[in-house]
Amino acid sequence: MSKRHLWIALTLAIGIVPAQAETIHVTIDKLVFSPATVEAKVGDTIEWVNKDVFAHTATVKGGWEVTIPPKKSASLTLQKAETVDYFCRFHPNMKGRLVVAP
Amino acid sequence: MPIRHTAALAAMLLLGTAPFAQAADKPTDPQIAHIAYTAGVIDVEAAKLAIEKSKNKDVVAFANDMVRDHEAVNVQALDLVKKLKVTPEDNATSQALSKAAAEERAKLAKLEGAAFDKAYVDNEVAYHKQVNGALETLLIPSASNGELKSLLETGLKIFQGHEQHAEHVAGMLK
Repeated sequence: MSKRHLWIALTLAIGIVPAQAETIHVTIDKLVFSPATVEAKVGDTIEWVNKDVFAHTATVKGGWEVTIPPKKSASLTLQKAETVDYFCRFHPNMKGRLVVAP
Repeated sequence: MPIRHTAALAAMLLLGTAPFAQAADKPTDPQIAHIAYTAGVIDVEAAKLAIEKSKNKDVVAFANDMVRDHEAVNVQALDLVKKLKVTPEDNATSQALSKAAAEERAKLAKLEGAAFDKAYVDNEVAYHKQVNGALETLLIPSASNGELKSLLETGLKIFQGHEQHAEHVAGMLK
């Protein structure tokens, strides 16, 4: 392996490659989004993992909506930097927040 | 407010809490399971009437949500009583709930269009409020089995969600 390739492998191994998009998991269990607040970056993906037997949504008033069927997962890739509060349209007492950095 | 109206309101409030007020003693786990299951069945029946009668897409969507959630809760309730080898036991509270619900359904069945939608959704708000009160003050504190208590607590969160959802739909109908 050349020195250059070794350097790339090392960089990948210690995870300092900048702007690597991440997948962040939010668990839904007994009508609670956990963690309730997520900090992420544009390009990251939020994956909601629904452990309930009930369908839920992650809905932003006047914005996007993701439906998460019972015992299933659903994802959303974050497109813009913003702080949004979301809730479940079927159970509006379920609340979460995304803090999306550029 | 004229006295007549105050009296009518007082009577309504009394009737509203009557099914649960009749249970003088602390209900047992088999009775609690029966009450919780009955409360779910009642809401599914009301929802099915709404799906059949309403032309309002928000009302029908709400009613479909109620059928889906309450059927899911009741499947869990049946699985739990089977696991715990508990036989749900009929009781005065369940009977009073069923009786009040049959009267409400008969009243709703006579209404049409916007009048039906409003009466159904208003009753959903009131009904969920009533059941939530009973869960919080009577059923959850009385439950002795931990798993039953936990299922009732999840049920309470579902019902509180439905109450808010129903209030939202009621707001859209205005």
